[in-house]
Amino acid sequence: MAIRELTCIICPKGCALKVEIDENGKVLGVAGNTCKRGAEYAENECTNPMRTVTSTMRCSDGSVIPVKTVTPIPKADIYECMNLINKGVVTLPVHIGDIVIADVFGSNIVVTENRK
Amino acid sequence: MYDVAIIGGGVVGGMLARTLSSYKLKICILEKENDVAMGASKANSAIVHAGFDAEPGTIKAKLNVKGSEMMEQTAKELGVKYKKNGSLVVGFSDEDKKKIEELYDRGVKNGVRELSILDSEELHTLEPNVSPDAVCALNAPTGAIVCPYELTIAAIGNAMDNGADLKVNFEVSKINKVGAGFEMVSSNSDKVNAAYVVNAAGIYADAVAAMVCETDIHIHPRRGEYVLLDKTSGKVVSHTVFRTPSAMGKGILVTPTVDGNLLLGPTAEEIEDKNDTATTADGLSTVLIRCTETTTGINLRDTITSFCGLRAVGNTGDFIINSTEEHFINAAGIESPGLSASPAIAEYITEMLKDMGLELIKKEDFNPIRKPAHHFREASVAEKNRMIAKNRAYGRIICRCEGVSEGEIRDAIRTNPPARDLDGVKRRTRAQMGRCQGGFCMPYITEILSEELGVSYDSITKNGGSSKLMTGKTKEDCEI
Amino acid sequence: MTELVIIGGGPAGMSAALAAYENGIRDILILERDERLGGILQQCIHNGFGLHRFGEELTGPEYAWRYEERVRELGIPVKLNTMVLDISVDKVITATNPTDGIFQIQAKAVILAMGCRERSRGALNIAGTRPAGVYSAGTAQKLVNMKGFMPGKKVVILGSGDIGLIMARRMSLEGAEVKAVCELMPYSGGLARNIEQCLNDFNIPLLLSHTVVKIHGKKRVEGVTIAKVDEKGKLIKETMQFIECDTLLLSVGLIPENELTKSAGIDINQITNGADVTQSRETSVPGVFACGNVLHVHDLVDYVSEEAEIAGKNAALYIKGELKNDVDIPIETDGKIRYSVPQRITQKKDTKVFFRVANVYENAEIKVYSGNEVIFKTRKPKVAPGEMQCITLKEDQLKNAKKLKIGLEVL
Repeated sequence: MAIRELTCIICPKGCALKVEIDENGKVLGVAGNTCKRGAEYAENECTNPMRTVTSTMRCSDGSVIPVKTVTPIPKADIYECMNLINKGVVTLPVHIGDIVIADVFGSNIVVTENRK
Repeated sequence: MYDVAIIGGGVVGGMLARTLSSYKLKICILEKENDVAMGASKANSAIVHAGFDAEPGTIKAKLNVKGSEMMEQTAKELGVKYKKNGSLVVGFSDEDKKKIEELYDRGVKNGVRELSILDSEELHTLEPNVSPDAVCALNAPTGAIVCPYELTIAAIGNAMDNGADLKVNFEVSKINKVGAGFEMVSSNSDKVNAAYVVNAAGIYADAVAAMVCETDIHIHPRRGEYVLLDKTSGKVVSHTVFRTPSAMGKGILVTPTVDGNLLLGPTAEEIEDKNDTATTADGLSTVLIRCTETTTGINLRDTITSFCGLRAVGNTGDFIINSTEEHFINAAGIESPGLSASPAIAEYITEMLKDMGLELIKKEDFNPIRKPAHHFREASVAEKNRMIAKNRAYGRIICRCEGVSEGEIRDAIRTNPPARDLDGVKRRTRAQMGRCQGGFCMPYITEILSEELGVSYDSITKNGGSSKLMTGKTKEDCEI
Repeated sequence: MTELVIIGGGPAGMSAALAAYENGIRDILILERDERLGGILQQCIHNGFGLHRFGEELTGPEYAWRYEERVRELGIPVKLNTMVLDISVDKVITATNPTDGIFQIQAKAVILAMGCRERSRGALNIAGTRPAGVYSAGTAQKLVNMKGFMPGKKVVILGSGDIGLIMARRMSLEGAEVKAVCELMPYSGGLARNIEQCLNDFNIPLLLSHTVVKIHGKKRVEGVTIAKVDEKGKLIKETMQFIECDTLLLSVGLIPENELTKSAGIDINQITNGADVTQSRETSVPGVFACGNVLHVHDLVDYVSEEAEIAGKNAALYIKGELKNDVDIPIETDGKIRYSVPQRITQKKDTKVFFRVANVYENAEIKVYSGNEVIFKTRKPKVAPGEMQCITLKEDQLKNAKKLKIGLEVL
């Protein structure tokens, strides 16, 4: 059994979490969280950490536009996700929420700004 | 083939170019950097010294007093801010008092007008923030302030408007004698020929002189560090306040600038490396501690930047203005008060050239007037609105700290000598010179430079050469 | 005459405008210096905004759009590319833009929402050369996120404020190597979550009690010398080390942008660098209100919006002649609490008081005194200067108050 210390990233409070893990990596308990989402985060973080990726993509007119994964993706895939984002081109016009790359590690890449 | 080539686009070279451009001559200024005023002319105390400091009988004394007297008119013609704010040399002891009396006598001998010695009461009435411990002061009402790089840029701009050429990024690496004249070869193997050459290469004047013949000129750099305070501190003193020079050194001066900031400095450190314009922790702390010796009420929280200049100190104690080869003149060791003396140095060298046989015929169409770089800023609201109606770019503020418009920045890139980099825009317009130091406006100015110069955004530099602001685009994998 | 002029079209200005509109004011004008609304949020493309307000993690541009869309729907007038040059004591605003030139507006009420700026290198007096490659973190953020250019490839960051942390991750994602984040203090100025997801995720070392002592490189940054400092902030010379890099980003603090406030003769608080305000967010000049980062630097935009709504609503009351101040209760702080906003209470009603602490304190008790009487207390397991705190004083707690003092005790 081991205790892993984490900082919760769910909200700006940044609670200090203590996660009890058994030898198979199974989460036995979470302490230090002040909400339910914190416990979920702790469990995921120890089994399959996930992150939202935010970046920019090049547009057809040469400018850049902000994008994000609409839901978090596995942390291990962040750089692969960036590769896809860096190669892609956004055709204008676009509206907030428009999918510009679909099916990226279980999520979609959407634009987060309107552009004519 | 030029009649005269001037090596060095500092205040000495610039003033000379302007004076020569009033004659029917082909003139060229060779500058090793991407812009003019890049050496001592951009980082000094910005003082027009009255002339009580120099040893009577020296060429330095003569040209200081004369230059100082010429400066007001010169600045007016060039549209450069100049303010006769007066200088005070403040004393704290009997010993200082004696020294001040000496300076007074010396000043009188040098021909400085209006000098007087103040007692403590007179001093503190005139300048309430001078330390209460001060007992006397030398008062020199003819002392003034001017912006040194603005003056240099304006002088070179005016020379160019009157036909002079400017070659930047031309670092003279070799000088060949060709007939009665010279061929200057740059480090990029570009060549310029001229019948007469003036060496105004500042800190490198000894190296340039040695390209022509062996000389005993030796220049070493004296590092001076400065701290600049926000305009909110600009009114701490109205005069330039010096400490009485003593065995402890010259002390740190405290002076308003023509733009309304407060300038503290300089340190004086003899160094070897002619490239070393780095500030040092010790130097800056010396400035911050010693400025309080003469002046109270300085709020160091108002610091907006610090910088360092290298004064070109010669090996004779005097300015070295001579000819070591026929048709070749050195203007070397022009340390302080070189800025003050510069209009007089220009006349002096012009006379030397004439004596060497250069034919000087006045140009009928010479225009000594340069439109002030700050013409928009200083206009009335009605005039500004007329200008905005004609050119909307004047209505868009780019630098919010100093209130500089897009129109003024474009002017700086289109006016002689054109700004070609971020620092060039800064020195001409004051954009990025305020309290945020370009944090907000730098991306916009870069964009304007890239548009005006017709080059890509990421090729814009801070001050030429390898000083690129960006290392490339993001997403370079992307193919559009 | 315009009833309400709002200076700044960022999150504070837009929220204030909407609140004023909802409270019956129609004659509103927003003056924005940029070419679009949204302010600094436009370059904050990371997520984490709006958790309190919307229960979602929005990016900066998304958060801004929620307000901009509403401003547009309601038809609230906006002048873009418009820079305010001066505000006079009697609320005459002088501004300039390319289409109108320099113009003046007499306002009945003004809301100051100009935001803040970053502290620059010059203000820190870092020794060394002055090459290209030294940027404030926000400038780098603009270059990367809005212009699409890389300010450098090998980066050292001085200061662990949130913008610095966010840029550490952003530069890493764009392929730069972030070599270290140096923080002068023994604790970070940024949010704990950002240290986790912006530094730890990318194996970027956070060097606490470290600072940059020298910048190297003639034309472009070639490296920095860093060193550790002792408890008194004094440099430990033996710890000096050179780090090769081409870029130094500074995230060393934000300063409310109050030049206009000063020109209007408004009292400025020496600690916040913003105006002194009542709980209505009214400044020392009646009818001039302030909100958002121009008032004091916030760490969450959600709080900016909340504060701006207070300012907007009260500006509306002022315009309608309904803003009544019945008491004047100054709020002092004890030093461990650096400041509070508001600085005075002028109406006896439930009041949220925001404040920051001066240091990291564990197991702290916050007490509010009215004279010697403790009228409010609360315990916090841990408080840090980087995290704005908030307490609510109830109307009945203020009943007998003449003067309040907020203090902190470590238990």
